[in-house]
Formats: sequence, C-alpha cells, structure tokens
Amino acid sequence: MSLRILVGVKRVIDYAVKIRVKPDKSGVITEGVKHSMNPFDEIAIEEAVRMKEKKIAKEIVAFSCGPAQCQETLRTALAMGADRGIHVEVAGPQYETLQPLHISKMLAKLAKDEQIDIIIVGKQAIDDDCNQTAQMTAALLDWPQATSASKIEAKDGSLQVVREIDGGLETIKVKLPTVVSADLRLNEPRYATLPNIMKAKKKPIKKLTPKDLGVDVSPRIQIVTVEEPPVRLAGAKVENVDMVVEKLKALGHA
Amino acid sequence: MSQHSRVMTLYKTMLHLGRDYPGGFPYFRNKLKIAFMKNSTLKDQKEIESAISRGEFVIKELEALYMLRKYRALKKRYYEE
Repeated sequence: MSLRILVGVKRVIDYAVKIRVKPDKSGVITEGVKHSMNPFDEIAIEEAVRMKEKKIAKEIVAFSCGPAQCQETLRTALAMGADRGIHVEVAGPQYETLQPLHISKMLAKLAKDEQIDIIIVGKQAIDDDCNQTAQMTAALLDWPQATSASKIEAKDGSLQVVREIDGGLETIKVKLPTVVSADLRLNEPRYATLPNIMKAKKKPIKKLTPKDLGVDVSPRIQIVTVEEPPVRLAGAKVENVDMVVEKLKALGHA
Repeated sequence: MSQHSRVMTLYKTMLHLGRDYPGGFPYFRNKLKIAFMKNSTLKDQKEIESAISRGEFVIKELEALYMLRKYRALKKRYYEE
C-alpha cells in the first residue's frame, strides 16, 4: 500500500509550564512562555511515521495553523519523520477566537487537494481540550472516523482500530479514506533529536493563508472571561483522635 | 566522522536535550560541562570510544526520562480513576 497521510499538529503551551491567567481575564499569558507540540499530536505523528516505516504509507504531510512560531512545531514534526509541512498562518486576535471547526474545514480542504488517504490528529489539545477536530473533519468530508485510537492495524483498503472507551476497549473497522484521532496509549513518540532537527531544515514547509483554502476565520465567538480554577482550601491540624471524630461528625461524615 | 567531531556532536546533542531537563537548563549545562571536562585528558582511543558510548547511553536514558515524565503528567491530568 502507498497511502498518503495528513497529520494535524498544534503548538500549545508546554505541558510542564504553570498556566497563568492575564490580569484582565481575557485569556492566558503566552508571551515569553515555553511552547511545544501538543503531546497527543506527537503521538499522531509517531503513528504516521511508523506506518511509513512499515511501508504502508508513502508520504506524511504535517499541517499546523497559527502564528509564525508554528513553523518550529512543524519543524519538530519534520524531525520526527514527516516529509513536508503546511503552515496556515493566523495570528493575533483572530487566532484567539479560532475554533476547531475552522481547522476542520482547512483539513478537509487540504485532504481533497493533496489526495490524502488517512488524516491523523491528536484526540485533543492540552490547551483548550476541545476534542472536536477529528469528528468534524470526518463529518465535513463524509469519511468514517476512528477516534481515541489505542491501536491501529492496516488491512488492505481499511484500518482495524482499537478505541479507548469508558471502562474498556472497542475494536472497529473503517474503510479508507478515514479520519483517526490518537489516544495516549497508541504509541511512545520518539524524541526530535538535534541532528534530525538540522536535517529537517531542508524539508519544505508551504505557507498558506486561510483565504487560500477558502476558510473564513472571522470570529464566531467572543471570549467573555477566563478564570483560574478554584484554589484548594487549606486543611487544619487536630490535637487527638477525639477531635478528629468530633470534626468528622460536624462535617457529617460519621 | 572523526572521533573529535563525534564528541562535539555528542556535546551539542546533549546540550539540546538539556533544554527540557526538569532541573533547569543552567544546572544541566554545568553538569554536562563538568562531565566532559573530566574526560578531556583521555588519550587512549579505546577509552575515548567507551566514553562516547556512555554519552550515547545517557542520551537514551534522558529521552526515556522525558517520555515517561510527559506520559505520567498526561495520565494524571486526563485519566484519573
């Protein structure tokens, strides 16, 4: 088989960074904060690269939408093994109100233009936790979808996918072309090493605008307020066992 | 690649890895420099070779450490049971 795979990657604030909300509650602070590729998207890229190594796939195209720094994220994807990148530049206030639906429309258009057989995306991004892109892309293209995949096996003309569902696993078979979203246990993504990042600089990244893909990114939503999660209340120390029992009774636990 | 340039590549690769080190980049860079300087007087080809392979082993360990750390963080955040 010689499939063409499109992988969506998102640049998000690094998972290890403590998120801070802007004082005016309009969003979170992103300036001077370490960013990296969404971990679920790393898993998606890894799966595509493994398919290429098994000679199932012929070409891997990485796609990212966002400000100019997204090129670094794409570069990481190329260093992991993608063949070329597509960067759709959306910056400033427009990027803040960009929704999964816009991304889905872009992915759907690109899938048609590039004759893609499989679209793989992370099941959700760790910043907005939407978990919508794969589903909506499949709907727009009228392709079957296999979300939250934890195992993918290619059989001619179809994929057998094990999905993570509440309290168990579900095995489904989807016909190609299809949209897959990667769950945490699908694979262990490789690290983009320095030599590979250097080599990736030779790989092409095509730059597009939403207009080129015929997608209207004018805001559909307005961010009203962004709040920090509630702070955990402090505990209290007690002198002895009797006091513990007394306190628990007062709280209605005994 | 000559042995010298392999050592340089190893150093650069490890410096790059150090940017993600949980204890911070300055700490890592310091430790890395000390470790490399300690072996700077080696003359024997075989000894240098074994030092390089030890470095390559540390790279693998670091990659595994980062992968596991990320996996655990995500598991705790999204899959708590």
